[in-house]
Amino acid sequence: MISVENITVSIGSKPLLENVSVEFEPGKLNLIIGPNGAGKSTLIKVISKQLVPKTGTVCFGKSDLQSISHSNLSVIRAVLSQNIDLAFPLTVREVVMMGRYPHFTEKPGKKDEDAIEHAMKFFDAWEMADRNYMSLSGGEKQRVHFARVLAQIWFPVPDNYRYLILDEPLTFLDVYYQYQFMNKIRELLQREDLVMVGVVHDLNLAARFADQIVLLHQGKVVVAGEKEKVLTIENIKQVYQLEPKIHTSENIMHLLF
Amino acid sequence: MNYLKSRHTLGLFVLLILLIVTFLLSLCFGAISISLHDIYDAVYKILTAPDQLSLVQRIFIDIRLPRAIACVVVGASLAGSGVLMQALFRNPIVEPGLIGTSSGAAFGASLYFVLGASLKFTASEWTLPIAACIGGVISTSLVFLLAKNKVHGKSSVTSLLLTGIAINAIFLSAVGFFSYLARDPQARSITFWNLGTLSGASWHSVAIMFISTTLCFLAARRYTKQLNALMMGEEEAFFIGVDIRKLKLIIMVINVILVAVATAFVGVISFVGLVVPHLLRLSFGSDNRFLLLASALLGGVLLTLADLVARLALAPAELPIGIVTALVGVPAFIVMLRKSNYYF
Repeated sequence: MISVENITVSIGSKPLLENVSVEFEPGKLNLIIGPNGAGKSTLIKVISKQLVPKTGTVCFGKSDLQSISHSNLSVIRAVLSQNIDLAFPLTVREVVMMGRYPHFTEKPGKKDEDAIEHAMKFFDAWEMADRNYMSLSGGEKQRVHFARVLAQIWFPVPDNYRYLILDEPLTFLDVYYQYQFMNKIRELLQREDLVMVGVVHDLNLAARFADQIVLLHQGKVVVAGEKEKVLTIENIKQVYQLEPKIHTSENIMHLLF
Repeated sequence: MNYLKSRHTLGLFVLLILLIVTFLLSLCFGAISISLHDIYDAVYKILTAPDQLSLVQRIFIDIRLPRAIACVVVGASLAGSGVLMQALFRNPIVEPGLIGTSSGAAFGASLYFVLGASLKFTASEWTLPIAACIGGVISTSLVFLLAKNKVHGKSSVTSLLLTGIAINAIFLSAVGFFSYLARDPQARSITFWNLGTLSGASWHSVAIMFISTTLCFLAARRYTKQLNALMMGEEEAFFIGVDIRKLKLIIMVINVILVAVATAFVGVISFVGLVVPHLLRLSFGSDNRFLLLASALLGGVLLTLADLVARLALAPAELPIGIVTALVGVPAFIVMLRKSNYYF
């Protein structure tokens, strides 16, 4: 699991995160929501070790994130961001194989080939394996990157959790792909050693797919916990300054603004 | 085995054959022709009775052979450094000279031509290469120091490129100033050197270039995987375990050595570093693990051919090789770009 304790991050005198403490448990889909400028990306950057916080600690399992080396971290933790593009032409297979780079030095082994095949099949990218990445559509490209990050942590790590961090991975996708990806992500949760943390903008996606939600506002945690506890009319009104109507049909929450 | 991998293997094999063929061609043809039999005989004699070599065989051993090897080594260095720079800057229009190395080397060389003439100091075989090498290292370090961001102490790719353009402009105008100052023979040397020539290749220079180039390639090979990761951007590369700062530093150092040493001995040769990696990308994709090796081979092939043309076109006079690489390389490149569906 990931435990974030008393994190404070500021640029100049402006605090981006203030005394943030949250926990992300394995086997659950943890989503971070909040309006623009709430500190979602900053929190993701801290968890993915791109930013070192001024105070506070982040622990992956029992070890402090700052004490885990780059190479050890890249074997257990994968990060997917939005809208990645390539500078040069490569085949889809080569792009997905990049996810295995932390695992081999010279040439990919049998295990690496297996991992990319399974990951590509899981995200329906296997048929595109020999195509030029640059000729793909936006949705197809993101499928390739989903496969790449999944390949990176495909095999369980002995005595350790695996971590998948999703930094607004759905931003440039249409509704069809958004739902398709979220369903696939939920399918991944069957692996009990997988800790998943993501940022999404769309509250309805969060309402439908999340287990646990952290609601951020102005660098602070407003509320965190089960989605029914977080997504209430009062909380959303306080943070987004809009009053939603909440419908529940067939056990799925819908927010209307 | 997948389709691309076997294609890569085949590509390397074909390039190797091409290299051997062009190498033999460049041994045989020139101001005088040397037959394969002479070559065989010369190699045999050098091992058994070195004092019985005929004149033609002497020319082969002392001039033709080191020159042919120099072509391969310089072509390999320039093309390989093109691959490294394009990968590091994530930009297909980058060439080795872009971060100031070759203009600095040109500056060092022209300073030597002008000062050497007016101060009449005794110069050895090594003075020119050393002057060029120092010039190249100074200009590249300048680019680095000036491109560093004051706030976070890191240099972004854009600032490196822009600073490189500025430093190039300064050093090239200094070279222009020197050729304006210089009297006729020195001015001609400066011009000729700036267009590149392999006529000065000796066994000493070949040995140095060969050793430094080989070491650079061996070092660079270890980082090709990380350079691939960099194609997705620095953040993504970081997520798959690449230490970006270290990678940048190492690749820059390797590049400076490759370019400065090659430029120091043969002058400025343009377009090879830009064109060769592209020609390969067009049909083999951009996996740097393949590109680095293949570019070395193709760079060797193309520079050897260019040198042959330079020697034969106006024989017995010689064209500067830089003119040949530009005249032949650029149209071929444009045709290939227009023919292919190349995505940027």
